[in-house]
Amino acid sequence: MAIEIEKPSSVRLSKVAISKTHGEDSPYFAGWKAYDENPYDEIHNQSGVIQMGLAENQVSFDLLEKYLEEHHEVSSWGKGAPGFRENALFQDYHGLKSFRQAMANFMEQIRGGKAKFDPDRIVLTAGATAANELLTFILADPGDALLVPTPYYPGFDRDLRWRTGVKIVPIHCNSSNNFQITPEALEAAYQSAESMDLKVRGILITNPSNPLGSTIQSSVLNDILDFAAHKNIHLVSDEIYSGSTFSPSEFVSIAEILRNRNYKDAERVHIVYSLSKDLGLPGFRVGTIYSYNDDVVTTARRMSSFTLISSQTQHLLACMLSNHEFTQNYIKTNRERLNKRYDMIIQGLKKAGIECLKGNAGLFCWMNLSPLLNEPTRQGELELWNIILNQVKLNISPGSSCHCSEPGWFRVCFANMSEQTLRVALQRIHKFMEQRKVCSVNQ
Amino acid sequence: MGLLSRKATCNTHGQDSSYFLGWQEYEKNPYNEVNNPNGIIQMGLAENQLCLDLLEPWLMKNPDALGLKRDGISIFKELALFQDYNGFPAFKRALVDFMGEIRGNKVSFDPNHVVLTAGATSANETLMFCLADQGDAFLLPTPYYPGFDRDLRWRTGVEIVPIHCTSSNGFKVTLPAIEQAYRQAQKRKLRVKGVLITNPSNPLGTTMARDELDLLINFIEDRQIHLISDEIYSGTVFTSPSFVSVMEVLKDRNLDQTQVWERVHIVYSLSKDLGLPGFRVGAIYSNDPVVVSAATKMSSFGLVSSQTQYLLSAMLLDKKFTKEYMAENHKRLQKQQKDLVSGLEKAGIRCLDSNAGLFCWVDMRHLLKSNTFEAEMELWQKIVYHVKINISPGSSCHCIEPGWFRVCFANMSESTLKLAIQRLKSFVSSIGMKSQSHQELKSLRRKARNNWVFRLSLQSFYDREQDTTTKVSFSYRPHFMSLSNIAATLDAAA
Repeated sequence: MAIEIEKPSSVRLSKVAISKTHGEDSPYFAGWKAYDENPYDEIHNQSGVIQMGLAENQVSFDLLEKYLEEHHEVSSWGKGAPGFRENALFQDYHGLKSFRQAMANFMEQIRGGKAKFDPDRIVLTAGATAANELLTFILADPGDALLVPTPYYPGFDRDLRWRTGVKIVPIHCNSSNNFQITPEALEAAYQSAESMDLKVRGILITNPSNPLGSTIQSSVLNDILDFAAHKNIHLVSDEIYSGSTFSPSEFVSIAEILRNRNYKDAERVHIVYSLSKDLGLPGFRVGTIYSYNDDVVTTARRMSSFTLISSQTQHLLACMLSNHEFTQNYIKTNRERLNKRYDMIIQGLKKAGIECLKGNAGLFCWMNLSPLLNEPTRQGELELWNIILNQVKLNISPGSSCHCSEPGWFRVCFANMSEQTLRVALQRIHKFMEQRKVCSVNQ
Repeated sequence: MGLLSRKATCNTHGQDSSYFLGWQEYEKNPYNEVNNPNGIIQMGLAENQLCLDLLEPWLMKNPDALGLKRDGISIFKELALFQDYNGFPAFKRALVDFMGEIRGNKVSFDPNHVVLTAGATSANETLMFCLADQGDAFLLPTPYYPGFDRDLRWRTGVEIVPIHCTSSNGFKVTLPAIEQAYRQAQKRKLRVKGVLITNPSNPLGTTMARDELDLLINFIEDRQIHLISDEIYSGTVFTSPSFVSVMEVLKDRNLDQTQVWERVHIVYSLSKDLGLPGFRVGAIYSNDPVVVSAATKMSSFGLVSSQTQYLLSAMLLDKKFTKEYMAENHKRLQKQQKDLVSGLEKAGIRCLDSNAGLFCWVDMRHLLKSNTFEAEMELWQKIVYHVKINISPGSSCHCIEPGWFRVCFANMSESTLKLAIQRLKSFVSSIGMKSQSHQELKSLRRKARNNWVFRLSLQSFYDREQDTTTKVSFSYRPHFMSLSNIAATLDAAA
C-alpha cells in the first residue's frame, strides 16, 4: 500500500486563500461572536449583549414597507408578470437603464441638487464592498499603495488589499483638530509610502466618515483634490453615508467640489455609493461606482460581470427610486430620525460623563473613553473593550480596529436597534460609569 | 493622468472593440418575427428561453415568494438586512436538493459545503483566487467557453493551458492530450494547479463519459492537483446517456474519504437550467473546508441578493414544481435540438452527436474554402451577412480544427428556428453555384478590408454581454494567411 505523504494545504491552495488579510481575526469580529452567542432581546434575553458594533440603518423601514404595500406591482412585474421574462434574462452589465436613471436622481436629491449625475457613468456592483475592491483592481497594481485617512472602516483592510495585493498606507489624523485630514498628514503619508518603496496610486476617503460620523469640510476636500492632482494620483470618495447626514446643508460631495471647479481634475475622481446604509438594504447588494473617467467607467463595467446586481432587485429599486414623492419624503424623514437618535445617544452619554466627537452624519458616534484607560496604549484600549463587552455587555468597536493612532476612542452604533434598546444600552453605560466613580473614590 | 493598473489596460477582458461583426451586426439588425423578419437571427447566445412560460404561473400562484412574505406576513426587514455571506439557509438547502435531483439522487450534497456567488462567472473566478497564485496555470480541454479567458485569467493572473481535443474521437479528452498540455505548461514554466472541465460541455453539448472522468480523476490524483467541474448545464441533459457528475464517480470508486475528494470542486448556477441569468445565482461546492471558508469570505465581493435567494428558495422547495419543470425543460430542449439537427442534416450539415446543452457543435468543414482559420472567418462572415445568422466560430472557443461552429437553439421559438434552418439550407445550395459565390467572396473581402480593422482568428462571443466580440489570447498559433488591413495580433500577455 502506498504511503500517504501528508501535504500541507498551503501547497494546494493559493497564497490569497490562506492569508489572513480577510481580517476576520481582529477584535472587530470577535465582538460579533460574543454577540452571536448571547444576543440581547427586549423580551427573551434582557441581559444579553447589545449589538452596537453594526452600522445598520433600521430607523426607516416602515417607510419602505409602506411603499411596498401600496405598490405591489414593483415586486411582481405586474399582473400576469409580463415583464418577468425580460427581467429574468437581463444580464447586461450596463445595468437596467431605468435603475441607473433612478440612482442618478436619488444621488442628486441627496445632494440637494448641488451636483448632477449622468446615468451612463454609473456602474452597478453587488454592494460597495465590491465597488471598492473593483476600483482598487483598476487603479492600482499589486504592491502599489492607496492612502487612507485613519481612523477608517476596518473592512477596507480586506476590501482594498486581500485579493488585489494593494497596500494601505494610513494618513494619520488625531483629535487635536477633530481628526480632520491636513495637507501635512497627506504629505507625511505619501513620504512614508515612498520610503517603503511603494508606488502611491490614489487616496480613498469616506465622506461622511466612518467611524467618525462627521462630514469632511469643503476646504479639506479641496486640499485633498489639490494634493491628488499635484501627485498625479486618483481620488476615491466613498459616499455611502451621504444620505445619512442629519442636515442636508452640511454634506458637501466631491461632486460638488468638482462642479465648482468646472470639473478640472475630474478624470481622477471616482465616487462609490450604495443603498445599504441610506435605505437600509444591505441584503439586496446594491452598490455603484460613479467615475468621471471614461476608461475607468468602461473597465469597471466589464469587471462588474463578476459582481452584477440581481435584475429582480434592480427592477424593484428602479420603481421605488423613480417615485419622487417617496424618495423626497424618505430622505427627509430618515435624516430627522437619525438626528433624533444621535441627539438621544449624545445626551445619554453626556449624562454618564462621556464625551463624543461632534458628529453630523452616519449611524454611529465616535466616543472618547481615553480618560478610562489604565494605560494610554492599544493594550489598555483592548482591556477596556473587553470589560465593556463582557461586563457591560455592549459590543462596540475599538478604535484600534479602525487603525486609530490614539487609543481610547470607540465607535458606537445607534441606528440598528429600537429606541427602547438604545435606552437600555445608555442605562448600562450610566451604571458602569457610576460604578467606576465609586471604585475610584474608594481607592 | 490616466494612469490605470495593468489589469485595466490589458486586453485580457477580451472585449476589444475593434472588431464588431457578429454581435454588433445583430444589435443593428435584430430579427423579430413581426417587426423585422429579415433581420439577423441570434444563435450565438446560450440562453434557455424555452420554459420561462412555466415559471410565470408559478410566480402568480406564489405571491408570498415575490412579495417577500412568509405565511402572509412581511419579512421584508429580515431580508433587507440579511447580508450573511453564509447564505440564506433555506435557499442553500433547496439548492443542494435540486442539485441532487438533477443527478438522479445518486449523490447528495451538504449545504454547508456550498458557497453562493453572483453567478457562475463569479464562482469560477473565486475558485481561481482560492486555488492558484498569479502565474499558475489551469488545464482546460478545448474547445471551451470563450468567457473563461476573462473569468479565469483577468484579475487573477492565472494562465490557461489547453488540452487539445479533436473530432477524431468526438472531442473526448485523452490521456496523451492531458499529458501534452501538462508538458506544455512546464515548458512555459507555469505551475499547474488543476484541470477545469465543463460537464456537460460548452460548446460541444455532450456529457462526459465515465471513462473520461476516471481518466481525469486518476490524473489529478497522480499529480496532486485540483479538478473543477463546471456543471452549469447539468440540468439540460435531455437524452441519454444520463448525466454523470464527477462526484458520482468519486463516490462509486470509494474515493470519498481520501485526499482527492477534497481537491474536486463543482461550480453550478441557475442561469442555464432555470433560464434566470439576470438573477445572478451561482454556487461553488467543495469538500475542502479551507476552500469553503476562503471562498465564503470572498463571496462578500459578489453575494446573491437576499430578495432573490428568498424567491428561489420558495421555488426550489416546491419539489413537485421543479420535477415537472425539469421534465418539460428536457422535453422542449430535446425537440428543439432534434429540429435543428434534422434541419441541418437536410442541408448536408452534420452536428456532433449531443445529448445536452443549449447548442449544437456544427461541422461546416466541408463548406470551407481551405482547411484554415481564415477560411473559417470567411465562412462566418458570410453566415452573418448573407445568411443573417449570428453563430460562434470554433476558433473563438480555441478549437484547433477549423470549420466547427456553435449554434444555439434554446433562445428562440420553433418558428424562428425553422426560419434559421431554411436560410442555412438556401445558403448551402447557393454555395453549390460556384462561380457566383466566388465573386461574392471577393467583394466581401474587399468590403472587409475597407471597412474594418479586425483581429482575426481569436474572436469569441460571450454568452452574456450584448457587447462587442472579444480578442482572446492563445497558447499556440493557428496558421492562416494574412490579408491586408487585418491586424492579427496574438497577444499572449495578460
